[in-house]
Amino acid sequence: MGEFRMPSLGADMVTGTLVEWRVHPGDPVHRGDIVAVVDTDKAAIEVEVWESGVVDELLVPEGTRVPVGTVLARLRPADEAAPVAAPVLEPPVPAPAPAEAGALPSAAPPPQAPGISVPIFRPAAKAAPPVAPTPATGRVRASPAARRLAAERGIDLGTIHGTGAEGAVVRADVERAMPHPPRVSPVAARMAELLEIDLRTVAGTGAGGAVTRADVERAAAARDSAAPSAPSGAPASPPPPLDASALARDRNAAMRQAIAAAVARSKREIPHYYLWTHVDVSRALRWLEARNADRPMEERILPAALMLKATALALRAVPELNGFWTEGAFRPADGIHPGVAVFLRGGGLVAPALLDADRKDLDTVMGELRGLVQRARTGGLRGAEMTSATITVTNLGDRGVEGVLGVIYPPQVAIVGFGKIVERPWAEDGMVGVRPVVELTLAADHRASDGHRGSLFLEKITDLLQKPEEL
Amino acid sequence: MTDPEIRAAVLNALHQIAPEVGADEIDPAASLREQADLDSMDFLNLVTRLGRDFGIQIPEADYPHLATLDACAAYLAARAPQHA
Repeated sequence: MGEFRMPSLGADMVTGTLVEWRVHPGDPVHRGDIVAVVDTDKAAIEVEVWESGVVDELLVPEGTRVPVGTVLARLRPADEAAPVAAPVLEPPVPAPAPAEAGALPSAAPPPQAPGISVPIFRPAAKAAPPVAPTPATGRVRASPAARRLAAERGIDLGTIHGTGAEGAVVRADVERAMPHPPRVSPVAARMAELLEIDLRTVAGTGAGGAVTRADVERAAAARDSAAPSAPSGAPASPPPPLDASALARDRNAAMRQAIAAAVARSKREIPHYYLWTHVDVSRALRWLEARNADRPMEERILPAALMLKATALALRAVPELNGFWTEGAFRPADGIHPGVAVFLRGGGLVAPALLDADRKDLDTVMGELRGLVQRARTGGLRGAEMTSATITVTNLGDRGVEGVLGVIYPPQVAIVGFGKIVERPWAEDGMVGVRPVVELTLAADHRASDGHRGSLFLEKITDLLQKPEEL
Repeated sequence: MTDPEIRAAVLNALHQIAPEVGADEIDPAASLREQADLDSMDFLNLVTRLGRDFGIQIPEADYPHLATLDACAAYLAARAPQHA
Protein backbone atom coordinates (compact mmCIF):
# COMPACT_ATOMS: atom_id res chain seq x y z
CA MET A 1 0.00 0.00 0.00
CA GLY A 2 1.56 3.32 -1.05
CA GLU A 3 1.55 6.39 1.12
CA PHE A 4 1.20 10.06 0.29
CA ARG A 5 2.76 12.14 3.03
CA MET A 6 2.79 15.81 3.91
CA PRO A 7 5.82 17.02 1.97
CA SER A 8 8.47 19.38 3.17
CA LEU A 9 8.11 22.36 0.89
CA GLY A 10 11.03 24.31 2.26
CA ALA A 11 13.95 23.90 4.62
CA ASP A 12 12.09 25.77 7.34
CA MET A 13 8.74 24.01 7.03
CA VAL A 14 7.55 22.13 10.12
CA THR A 15 3.82 21.79 9.56
CA GLY A 16 1.43 22.29 6.69
CA THR A 17 -2.32 22.53 6.31
CA LEU A 18 -4.11 20.21 3.92
CA VAL A 19 -6.39 22.79 2.37
CA GLU A 20 -8.03 20.87 -0.44
CA TRP A 21 -8.05 17.41 -1.90
CA ARG A 22 -7.99 17.25 -5.67
CA VAL A 23 -8.65 13.50 -5.76
CA HIS A 24 -11.15 11.11 -4.20
CA PRO A 25 -10.97 7.49 -3.14
CA GLY A 26 -11.09 5.39 -6.27
CA ASP A 27 -9.37 7.95 -8.53
CA PRO A 28 -6.39 6.64 -10.45
CA VAL A 29 -3.28 8.78 -10.07
CA HIS A 30 -0.05 8.92 -11.99
CA ARG A 31 3.32 10.03 -10.83
CA GLY A 32 3.40 13.80 -11.01
CA ASP A 33 -0.36 14.36 -10.80
CA ILE A 34 -1.45 17.12 -8.49
CA VAL A 35 -3.47 15.54 -5.71
CA ALA A 36 -3.80 18.19 -3.02
CA VAL A 37 -3.31 21.80 -2.10
CA VAL A 38 -1.17 22.46 0.95
CA ASP A 39 -0.93 25.73 2.78
CA THR A 40 2.44 26.62 4.25
CA ASP A 41 3.04 29.89 6.03
CA LYS A 42 4.02 31.46 2.75
CA ALA A 43 1.68 30.25 0.07
CA ALA A 44 -0.83 27.68 -1.08
CA ILE A 45 1.08 25.06 -3.02
CA GLU A 46 -0.25 22.40 -5.34
CA VAL A 47 1.33 19.11 -4.35
CA GLU A 48 2.05 16.19 -6.62
CA VAL A 49 2.04 12.49 -5.84
CA TRP A 50 5.18 10.60 -6.75
CA GLU A 51 3.71 7.14 -7.11
CA SER A 52 1.15 5.82 -9.51
CA GLY A 53 -1.84 3.85 -8.36
CA VAL A 54 -5.35 4.32 -7.15
CA VAL A 55 -6.36 6.48 -4.22
CA ASP A 56 -7.49 4.11 -1.51
CA GLU A 57 -8.25 6.33 1.44
CA LEU A 58 -7.90 10.00 2.32
CA LEU A 59 -6.74 10.07 5.93
CA VAL A 60 -6.65 13.77 6.67
CA PRO A 61 -9.69 16.01 6.21
CA GLU A 62 -9.47 19.37 4.48
CA GLY A 63 -8.47 22.15 6.82
CA THR A 64 -6.23 20.05 9.04
CA ARG A 65 -2.74 21.16 10.00
CA VAL A 66 -0.22 18.30 10.35
CA PRO A 67 3.52 17.91 10.72
CA VAL A 68 5.66 17.28 7.67
CA GLY A 69 5.84 13.54 7.05
CA THR A 70 2.32 12.75 8.25
CA VAL A 71 0.62 10.20 6.02
CA LEU A 72 -2.19 12.06 4.27
CA ALA A 73 -3.54 9.33 2.03
CA ARG A 74 -3.03 5.72 1.10
CA LEU A 75 -2.69 4.45 -2.41
CA ARG A 76 -3.12 0.96 -3.71
CA PRO A 77 -1.64 -0.52 -6.88
CA ALA A 78 -3.74 0.05 -9.96
CA ASP A 79 -4.57 -3.58 -10.53
CA GLU A 80 -5.77 -4.30 -7.00
CA ALA A 81 -9.54 -4.31 -6.43
CA ALA A 82 -10.94 -1.68 -4.09
CA PRO A 83 -12.02 -2.99 -0.68
CA VAL A 84 -15.46 -1.37 -1.07
CA ALA A 85 -16.73 -0.18 -4.40
CA ALA A 86 -17.87 3.38 -3.78
CA PRO A 87 -20.01 4.90 -6.52
CA VAL A 88 -18.24 7.93 -7.93
CA LEU A 89 -21.00 10.50 -8.26
CA GLU A 90 -18.88 13.58 -8.65
CA PRO A 91 -17.73 14.83 -12.00
CA PRO A 92 -13.97 14.51 -12.51
CA VAL A 93 -11.86 17.39 -11.23
CA PRO A 94 -10.44 19.29 -14.22
CA ALA A 95 -6.67 19.18 -14.71
CA PRO A 96 -5.10 22.43 -13.56
CA ALA A 97 -4.15 24.70 -16.45
CA PRO A 98 -0.99 26.79 -16.38
CA ALA A 99 -1.94 30.23 -15.12
CA GLU A 100 -1.79 32.84 -17.84
CA ALA A 101 -1.16 36.48 -17.23
CA GLY A 102 -4.61 37.46 -18.42
CA ALA A 103 -6.69 34.51 -17.33
CA LEU A 104 -8.37 35.49 -14.07
CA PRO A 105 -11.71 34.23 -12.81
CA SER A 106 -14.61 36.43 -13.83
CA ALA A 107 -15.03 37.68 -10.28
CA ALA A 108 -11.52 38.83 -9.50
CA PRO A 109 -10.43 37.96 -5.97
CA PRO A 110 -10.64 40.99 -3.69
CA PRO A 111 -7.34 42.74 -3.08
CA GLN A 112 -5.71 40.97 -0.19
CA ALA A 113 -2.72 41.84 1.90
CA PRO A 114 0.40 40.32 0.37
CA GLY A 115 1.57 37.15 1.98
CA ILE A 116 -1.92 35.62 1.92
CA SER A 117 -2.43 33.02 -0.69
CA VAL A 118 -4.98 34.47 -3.07
CA PRO A 119 -7.35 31.73 -4.23
CA ILE A 120 -5.44 29.51 -6.60
CA PHE A 121 -8.56 28.18 -8.20
CA ARG A 122 -8.22 28.93 -11.86
CA PRO A 123 -10.62 28.69 -14.79
CA ALA A 124 -10.84 25.06 -15.82
CA ALA A 125 -8.61 23.83 -18.64
CA LYS A 126 -10.32 23.92 -22.04
CA ALA A 127 -10.37 20.14 -22.24
CA ALA A 128 -12.27 19.71 -18.96
CA PRO A 129 -15.96 18.78 -19.07
CA PRO A 130 -18.44 21.36 -17.74
CA VAL A 131 -18.95 20.93 -14.01
CA ALA A 132 -22.17 21.62 -12.08
CA PRO A 133 -21.63 23.91 -9.09
CA THR A 134 -23.02 21.47 -6.49
CA PRO A 135 -22.55 17.87 -7.58
CA ALA A 136 -24.63 15.04 -6.18
CA THR A 137 -22.34 14.31 -3.27
CA GLY A 138 -22.62 17.94 -2.10
CA ARG A 139 -18.99 18.82 -2.70
CA VAL A 140 -19.04 22.49 -3.54
CA ARG A 141 -16.57 24.01 -5.94
CA ALA A 142 -14.70 26.61 -3.98
CA SER A 143 -11.27 28.17 -3.82
CA PRO A 144 -8.95 27.18 -0.99
CA ALA A 145 -9.18 30.65 0.55
CA ALA A 146 -12.98 30.54 0.39
CA ARG A 147 -12.99 27.13 2.03
CA ARG A 148 -10.71 28.28 4.78
CA LEU A 149 -12.74 31.38 5.53
CA ALA A 150 -16.02 29.48 5.45
CA ALA A 151 -14.64 26.85 7.81
CA GLU A 152 -13.44 29.51 10.23
CA ARG A 153 -16.79 31.28 10.18
CA GLY A 154 -18.82 28.11 10.34
CA ILE A 155 -20.57 28.94 7.06
CA ASP A 156 -21.86 26.14 4.87
CA LEU A 157 -20.34 26.60 1.43
CA GLY A 158 -23.41 25.03 -0.13
CA THR A 159 -25.50 28.05 0.91
CA ILE A 160 -23.30 30.54 -0.85
CA HIS A 161 -23.80 31.66 -4.41
CA GLY A 162 -20.50 31.39 -6.24
CA THR A 163 -19.34 34.05 -8.65
CA GLY A 164 -16.05 32.44 -9.65
CA ALA A 165 -15.42 30.44 -12.80
CA GLU A 166 -18.16 27.86 -13.40
CA GLY A 167 -20.07 28.93 -10.32
CA ALA A 168 -17.20 28.35 -7.90
CA VAL A 169 -17.35 30.07 -4.54
CA VAL A 170 -14.52 32.52 -4.13
CA ARG A 171 -13.45 34.29 -1.00
CA ALA A 172 -15.41 37.44 -1.83
CA ASP A 173 -18.59 35.39 -1.94
CA VAL A 174 -17.97 34.04 1.55
CA GLU A 175 -17.19 37.51 2.88
CA ARG A 176 -20.45 38.80 1.46
CA ALA A 177 -22.34 35.99 3.16
CA MET A 178 -20.85 36.60 6.57
CA PRO A 179 -23.16 38.00 9.20
CA HIS A 180 -22.16 41.46 10.29
CA PRO A 181 -20.08 41.34 13.44
CA PRO A 182 -21.78 42.58 16.62
CA ARG A 183 -20.97 46.06 17.82
CA VAL A 184 -18.21 45.82 20.37
CA SER A 185 -16.91 48.52 22.70
CA PRO A 186 -13.18 49.15 22.41
CA VAL A 187 -12.69 48.06 26.00
CA ALA A 188 -14.52 44.82 25.33
CA ALA A 189 -12.48 44.25 22.18
CA ARG A 190 -9.23 44.70 24.02
CA MET A 191 -10.42 42.43 26.84
CA ALA A 192 -11.43 39.77 24.32
CA GLU A 193 -7.97 39.91 22.75
CA LEU A 194 -6.25 39.55 26.11
CA LEU A 195 -8.47 36.72 27.27
CA GLU A 196 -8.44 35.06 23.82
CA ILE A 197 -12.20 35.10 23.50
CA ASP A 198 -13.77 34.79 20.09
CA LEU A 199 -16.15 37.75 19.96
CA ARG A 200 -18.45 35.92 17.63
CA THR A 201 -19.34 33.54 20.42
CA VAL A 202 -20.18 36.24 22.95
CA ALA A 203 -23.80 37.21 23.55
CA GLY A 204 -24.05 40.98 23.74
CA THR A 205 -26.17 42.50 26.50
CA GLY A 206 -25.44 46.13 25.74
CA ALA A 207 -27.64 48.49 23.74
CA GLY A 208 -28.70 46.93 20.45
CA GLY A 209 -26.97 43.66 21.30
CA ALA A 210 -23.58 45.29 21.66
CA VAL A 211 -20.88 43.28 23.41
CA THR A 212 -19.68 44.86 26.65
CA ARG A 213 -16.69 44.18 28.84
CA ALA A 214 -18.89 42.32 31.29
CA ASP A 215 -20.11 40.04 28.50
CA VAL A 216 -16.54 39.18 27.57
CA GLU A 217 -15.56 38.51 31.16
CA ARG A 218 -18.59 36.28 31.56
CA ALA A 219 -17.67 34.33 28.44
CA ALA A 220 -14.12 33.89 29.68
CA ALA A 221 -15.31 32.62 33.05
CA ALA A 222 -17.64 30.14 31.37
CA ARG A 223 -14.91 28.91 29.09
CA ASP A 224 -12.36 28.45 31.85
CA SER A 225 -14.73 26.52 34.09
CA ALA A 226 -15.74 24.17 31.28
CA ALA A 227 -12.04 23.27 30.70
CA PRO A 228 -12.42 21.02 27.66
CA SER A 229 -9.69 18.47 27.13
CA ALA A 230 -8.71 17.76 23.56
CA PRO A 231 -8.43 14.07 22.73
CA SER A 232 -4.81 13.12 22.22
CA GLY A 233 -3.75 12.93 18.64
CA ALA A 234 -6.27 15.48 17.41
CA PRO A 235 -4.59 18.18 15.37
CA ALA A 236 -4.50 21.52 17.23
CA SER A 237 -6.67 24.13 15.56
CA PRO A 238 -5.26 27.63 15.24
CA PRO A 239 -7.01 30.35 17.33
CA PRO A 240 -9.81 31.89 15.25
CA PRO A 241 -8.85 35.31 13.90
CA LEU A 242 -11.16 38.19 14.67
CA ASP A 243 -11.46 39.49 11.14
CA ALA A 244 -9.96 39.33 7.68
CA SER A 245 -7.26 41.92 8.35
CA ALA A 246 -6.22 40.10 11.51
CA LEU A 247 -5.95 36.98 9.38
CA ALA A 248 -3.77 38.88 6.95
CA ARG A 249 -1.54 40.09 9.75
CA ASP A 250 -1.27 36.56 11.15
CA ARG A 251 -0.21 35.14 7.81
CA ASN A 252 2.21 37.94 7.14
CA ALA A 253 3.68 37.51 10.59
CA ALA A 254 3.92 33.76 10.09
CA MET A 255 5.69 34.20 6.78
CA ARG A 256 8.11 36.73 8.22
CA GLN A 257 8.86 34.31 11.04
CA ALA A 258 9.53 31.52 8.57
CA ILE A 259 11.87 33.74 6.58
CA ALA A 260 13.54 34.98 9.77
CA ALA A 261 14.21 31.42 10.91
CA ALA A 262 15.63 30.45 7.53
CA VAL A 263 18.00 33.39 7.13
CA ALA A 264 19.13 33.24 10.76
CA ARG A 265 19.95 29.59 10.34
CA SER A 266 21.74 30.30 7.09
CA LYS A 267 23.96 32.96 8.62
CA ARG A 268 24.60 30.87 11.70
CA GLU A 269 25.55 27.67 9.94
CA ILE A 270 26.92 28.55 6.54
CA PRO A 271 30.36 30.12 6.23
CA HIS A 272 29.60 32.57 3.40
CA TYR A 273 32.22 34.06 1.11
CA TYR A 274 31.44 36.84 -1.31
CA LEU A 275 32.61 37.75 -4.78
CA TRP A 276 31.49 40.47 -7.12
CA THR A 277 32.20 41.66 -10.62
CA HIS A 278 30.77 44.03 -13.20
CA VAL A 279 29.45 42.81 -16.52
CA ASP A 280 29.20 44.89 -19.67
CA VAL A 281 25.77 43.99 -21.03
CA SER A 282 25.78 46.30 -24.04
CA ARG A 283 25.98 43.44 -26.54
CA ALA A 284 23.29 41.51 -24.70
CA LEU A 285 20.90 44.46 -24.60
CA ARG A 286 21.50 45.36 -28.25
CA TRP A 287 20.81 41.78 -29.26
CA LEU A 288 17.69 41.69 -27.11
CA GLU A 289 16.37 44.95 -28.55
CA ALA A 290 16.79 43.73 -32.10
CA ARG A 291 15.19 40.41 -31.29
CA ASN A 292 12.25 41.92 -29.42
CA ALA A 293 11.57 44.45 -32.18
CA ASP A 294 10.13 41.75 -34.44
CA ARG A 295 8.21 39.97 -31.77
CA PRO A 296 4.74 40.59 -30.34
CA MET A 297 4.71 41.73 -26.72
CA GLU A 298 3.77 38.30 -25.41
CA GLU A 299 7.03 36.93 -26.80
CA ARG A 300 9.40 39.63 -25.64
CA ILE A 301 12.35 38.51 -23.58
CA LEU A 302 13.58 40.41 -20.55
CA PRO A 303 17.26 40.73 -19.58
CA ALA A 304 16.40 38.68 -16.48
CA ALA A 305 15.78 35.63 -18.65
CA LEU A 306 19.15 36.02 -20.37
CA MET A 307 20.88 36.29 -17.02
CA LEU A 308 19.09 33.24 -15.68
CA LYS A 309 20.02 31.15 -18.69
CA ALA A 310 23.65 32.31 -18.57
CA THR A 311 23.80 31.38 -14.89
CA ALA A 312 22.37 27.94 -15.58
CA LEU A 313 24.85 27.24 -18.38
CA ALA A 314 27.78 28.48 -16.27
CA LEU A 315 26.86 25.96 -13.58
CA ARG A 316 27.73 23.16 -15.99
CA ALA A 317 31.31 24.40 -15.78
CA VAL A 318 31.33 24.83 -11.98
CA PRO A 319 29.04 22.13 -10.59
CA GLU A 320 30.20 22.57 -6.99
CA LEU A 321 27.89 25.57 -6.76
CA ASN A 322 24.88 23.55 -7.86
CA GLY A 323 23.74 21.15 -5.17
CA PHE A 324 23.25 20.69 -1.47
CA TRP A 325 25.28 20.58 1.70
CA THR A 326 23.74 17.85 3.83
CA GLU A 327 25.16 15.61 6.54
CA GLY A 328 28.58 17.13 6.35
CA ALA A 329 29.16 16.82 2.62
CA PHE A 330 28.37 18.41 -0.67
CA ARG A 331 26.04 16.47 -2.92
CA PRO A 332 25.93 17.77 -6.48
CA ALA A 333 22.43 17.96 -7.91
CA ASP A 334 21.31 15.88 -10.90
CA GLY A 335 20.02 18.81 -12.82
CA ILE A 336 20.30 22.57 -12.87
CA HIS A 337 17.18 24.10 -11.33
CA PRO A 338 17.80 27.69 -10.31
CA GLY A 339 15.39 29.06 -7.76
CA VAL A 340 14.17 32.45 -8.93
CA ALA A 341 13.78 34.90 -6.07
CA VAL A 342 10.37 36.51 -6.44
CA PHE A 343 9.48 39.37 -4.19
CA LEU A 344 5.89 39.21 -3.07
CA ARG A 345 4.05 42.45 -3.34
CA GLY A 346 4.26 44.32 -0.07
CA GLY A 347 6.88 42.05 1.45
CA GLY A 348 8.09 38.50 1.61
CA LEU A 349 10.02 36.29 -0.73
CA VAL A 350 9.74 32.89 -2.39
CA ALA A 351 12.24 31.30 -4.74
CA PRO A 352 10.56 28.62 -6.85
CA ALA A 353 12.70 26.57 -9.18
CA LEU A 354 12.80 26.92 -12.95
CA LEU A 355 13.58 23.31 -13.75
CA ASP A 356 16.39 22.38 -16.14
CA ALA A 357 17.02 26.00 -17.06
CA ASP A 358 20.26 25.07 -18.81
CA ARG A 359 18.45 22.83 -21.28
CA LYS A 360 15.61 25.13 -22.24
CA ASP A 361 15.73 27.68 -25.02
CA LEU A 362 15.44 31.33 -24.18
CA ASP A 363 11.80 31.66 -25.19
CA THR A 364 10.87 28.77 -22.94
CA VAL A 365 12.90 30.19 -20.06
CA MET A 366 11.15 33.54 -20.46
CA GLY A 367 7.73 31.96 -20.62
CA GLU A 368 8.36 29.87 -17.53
CA LEU A 369 9.83 32.83 -15.72
CA ARG A 370 6.64 34.79 -16.36
CA GLY A 371 4.61 31.86 -15.11
CA LEU A 372 6.68 31.42 -11.96
CA VAL A 373 6.47 35.09 -11.04
CA GLN A 374 2.73 35.13 -11.66
CA ARG A 375 2.06 31.99 -9.67
CA ALA A 376 4.42 32.97 -6.88
CA ARG A 377 2.35 36.10 -6.39
CA THR A 378 -1.14 34.79 -6.95
CA GLY A 379 -0.91 31.16 -5.98
CA GLY A 380 -0.50 27.94 -7.88
CA LEU A 381 3.12 27.09 -7.31
CA ARG A 382 3.74 23.35 -7.41
CA GLY A 383 5.50 21.17 -4.88
CA ALA A 384 8.34 20.37 -7.25
CA GLU A 385 8.98 24.05 -7.82
CA MET A 386 9.20 24.69 -4.09
CA THR A 387 11.61 21.90 -3.28
CA SER A 388 13.87 21.42 -6.28
CA ALA A 389 15.94 24.59 -6.42
CA THR A 390 19.63 23.71 -6.63
CA ILE A 391 20.85 27.31 -6.34
CA THR A 392 19.12 30.67 -6.04
CA VAL A 393 19.30 33.61 -8.40
CA THR A 394 18.11 36.98 -7.27
CA ASN A 395 17.61 39.72 -9.79
CA LEU A 396 16.64 43.08 -8.44
CA GLY A 397 15.47 44.26 -11.81
CA ASP A 398 15.98 47.71 -13.07
CA ARG A 399 14.48 49.61 -10.20
CA GLY A 400 16.58 48.09 -7.49
CA VAL A 401 20.00 48.79 -6.10
CA GLU A 402 23.26 48.32 -7.92
CA GLY A 403 24.18 45.05 -6.31
CA VAL A 404 22.97 42.45 -3.86
CA LEU A 405 24.92 40.00 -1.73
CA GLY A 406 22.38 37.45 -0.77
CA VAL A 407 21.83 35.00 2.03
CA ILE A 408 22.15 31.37 0.97
CA TYR A 409 19.03 29.20 1.40
CA PRO A 410 20.15 25.99 3.10
CA PRO A 411 20.76 23.29 2.04
CA GLN A 412 21.83 25.11 -1.16
CA VAL A 413 25.43 26.27 -1.34
CA ALA A 414 25.26 29.45 -3.36
CA ILE A 415 23.17 32.45 -4.31
CA VAL A 416 23.79 34.59 -7.39
CA GLY A 417 22.79 38.25 -7.49
CA PHE A 418 22.19 40.54 -10.44
CA GLY A 419 21.79 44.23 -9.67
CA LYS A 420 20.35 47.08 -11.61
CA ILE A 421 21.59 47.80 -15.13
CA VAL A 422 23.36 51.16 -14.88
CA GLU A 423 25.20 53.26 -17.42
CA ARG A 424 28.83 53.42 -16.37
CA PRO A 425 32.10 54.62 -17.80
CA TRP A 426 33.88 51.62 -19.25
CA ALA A 427 37.42 51.19 -20.50
CA GLU A 428 38.13 48.76 -23.32
CA ASP A 429 41.04 48.60 -25.74
CA GLY A 430 42.54 51.75 -24.29
CA MET A 431 39.38 53.81 -24.85
CA VAL A 432 36.74 55.01 -22.44
CA GLY A 433 33.06 54.94 -23.25
CA VAL A 434 29.74 54.54 -21.51
CA ARG A 435 28.21 51.11 -21.31
CA PRO A 436 25.22 49.53 -19.59
CA VAL A 437 26.76 47.53 -16.77
CA VAL A 438 25.31 45.13 -14.24
CA GLU A 439 26.86 44.14 -10.94
CA LEU A 440 27.00 40.38 -10.66
CA THR A 441 27.62 38.83 -7.26
CA LEU A 442 28.07 35.45 -5.69
CA ALA A 443 27.62 34.46 -2.08
CA ALA A 444 28.76 30.86 -1.62
CA ASP A 445 29.28 28.24 1.06
CA HIS A 446 32.99 28.01 1.72
CA ARG A 447 32.62 24.36 2.75
CA ALA A 448 31.57 23.43 -0.78
CA SER A 449 33.65 25.78 -2.94
CA ASP A 450 36.38 28.36 -2.77
CA GLY A 451 36.99 31.79 -4.24
CA HIS A 452 38.93 30.49 -7.21
CA ARG A 453 36.05 28.31 -8.40
CA GLY A 454 33.56 31.02 -7.55
CA SER A 455 35.52 33.46 -9.71
CA LEU A 456 35.59 31.03 -12.61
CA PHE A 457 31.83 30.77 -12.34
CA LEU A 458 31.33 34.55 -12.49
CA GLU A 459 33.76 34.82 -15.40
CA LYS A 460 31.81 32.16 -17.26
CA ILE A 461 28.55 34.06 -16.81
CA THR A 462 30.27 37.24 -17.99
CA ASP A 463 31.54 35.49 -21.14
CA LEU A 464 28.16 33.96 -21.90
CA LEU A 465 26.49 37.35 -21.66
CA GLN A 466 28.87 38.66 -24.33
CA LYS A 467 27.44 36.14 -26.79
CA PRO A 468 23.69 36.40 -26.21
CA GLU A 469 22.85 34.77 -29.54
CA GLU A 470 24.31 31.53 -28.20
CA LEU A 471 22.15 31.48 -25.07
CA MET B 1 -12.97 56.02 -26.28
CA THR B 2 -13.06 59.06 -24.07
CA ASP B 3 -10.15 60.12 -21.93
CA PRO B 4 -11.83 58.96 -18.69
CA GLU B 5 -12.55 55.61 -20.31
CA ILE B 6 -8.96 55.21 -21.41
CA ARG B 7 -7.71 56.13 -17.96
CA ALA B 8 -10.13 53.68 -16.37
CA ALA B 9 -8.87 50.95 -18.69
CA VAL B 10 -5.25 51.69 -17.78
CA LEU B 11 -6.04 51.66 -14.07
CA ASN B 12 -7.91 48.41 -14.47
CA ALA B 13 -4.92 46.80 -16.19
CA LEU B 14 -2.69 48.14 -13.43
CA HIS B 15 -5.03 46.73 -10.82
CA GLN B 16 -4.68 43.23 -12.25
CA ILE B 17 -0.95 43.45 -11.73
CA ALA B 18 -0.82 45.47 -8.52
CA PRO B 19 -4.11 44.68 -6.79
CA GLU B 20 -3.20 46.34 -3.53
CA VAL B 21 -2.79 49.78 -5.13
CA GLY B 22 -6.04 51.74 -5.13
CA ALA B 23 -7.02 53.75 -8.19
CA ASP B 24 -7.38 56.85 -6.06
CA GLU B 25 -3.80 56.48 -4.84
CA ILE B 26 -2.28 57.04 -8.27
CA ASP B 27 -0.95 60.51 -9.01
CA PRO B 28 -1.51 60.79 -12.77
CA ALA B 29 1.61 62.86 -13.33
CA ALA B 30 3.99 60.66 -11.36
CA SER B 31 5.80 57.48 -12.36
CA LEU B 32 3.47 54.49 -12.48
CA ARG B 33 6.35 52.09 -11.92
CA GLU B 34 7.36 53.80 -8.73
CA GLN B 35 3.86 54.29 -7.37
CA ALA B 36 2.82 50.72 -8.00
CA ASP B 37 6.25 49.19 -7.34
CA LEU B 38 6.43 47.55 -10.76
CA ASP B 39 9.52 45.64 -11.75
CA SER B 40 10.45 44.96 -15.36
CA MET B 41 8.28 41.83 -15.47
CA ASP B 42 5.29 43.72 -14.09
CA PHE B 43 5.78 46.53 -16.57
CA LEU B 44 6.02 44.10 -19.47
CA ASN B 45 2.81 42.47 -18.27
CA LEU B 46 1.14 45.87 -18.06
CA VAL B 47 2.24 46.83 -21.55
CA THR B 48 1.08 43.47 -22.88
CA ARG B 49 -2.33 43.90 -21.28
CA LEU B 50 -2.74 47.41 -22.59
CA GLY B 51 -1.71 46.29 -26.04
CA ARG B 52 -4.30 43.53 -25.90
CA ASP B 53 -7.02 45.75 -24.47
CA PHE B 54 -6.47 48.44 -27.07
CA GLY B 55 -5.63 46.14 -29.95
CA ILE B 56 -2.21 47.60 -30.69
CA GLN B 57 1.42 46.54 -30.62
CA ILE B 58 3.51 48.71 -28.34
CA PRO B 59 7.20 48.73 -29.35
CA GLU B 60 9.85 48.74 -26.63
CA ALA B 61 11.01 52.13 -27.88
CA ASP B 62 7.63 53.56 -26.83
CA TYR B 63 7.89 52.43 -23.19
CA PRO B 64 8.92 55.93 -22.03
CA HIS B 65 5.55 57.16 -23.33
CA LEU B 66 3.84 54.98 -20.76
CA ALA B 67 5.67 56.29 -17.74
CA THR B 68 2.73 58.05 -16.11
CA LEU B 69 -1.04 57.73 -16.25
CA ASP B 70 -1.26 61.05 -18.11
CA ALA B 71 1.34 59.87 -20.62
CA CYS B 72 -0.47 56.54 -21.10
CA ALA B 73 -3.76 58.30 -21.73
CA ALA B 74 -2.22 60.56 -24.37
CA TYR B 75 -0.31 57.72 -26.05
CA LEU B 76 -3.26 55.35 -26.17
CA ALA B 77 -5.65 58.03 -27.36
CA ALA B 78 -3.31 58.81 -30.25
CA ARG B 79 -2.33 55.26 -31.11
CA ALA B 80 -5.70 53.55 -30.86
CA PRO B 81 -8.16 55.96 -32.45
CA GLN B 82 -10.41 53.13 -33.63
CA HIS B 83 -11.37 52.65 -30.02
CA ALA B 84 -12.61 56.27 -29.78
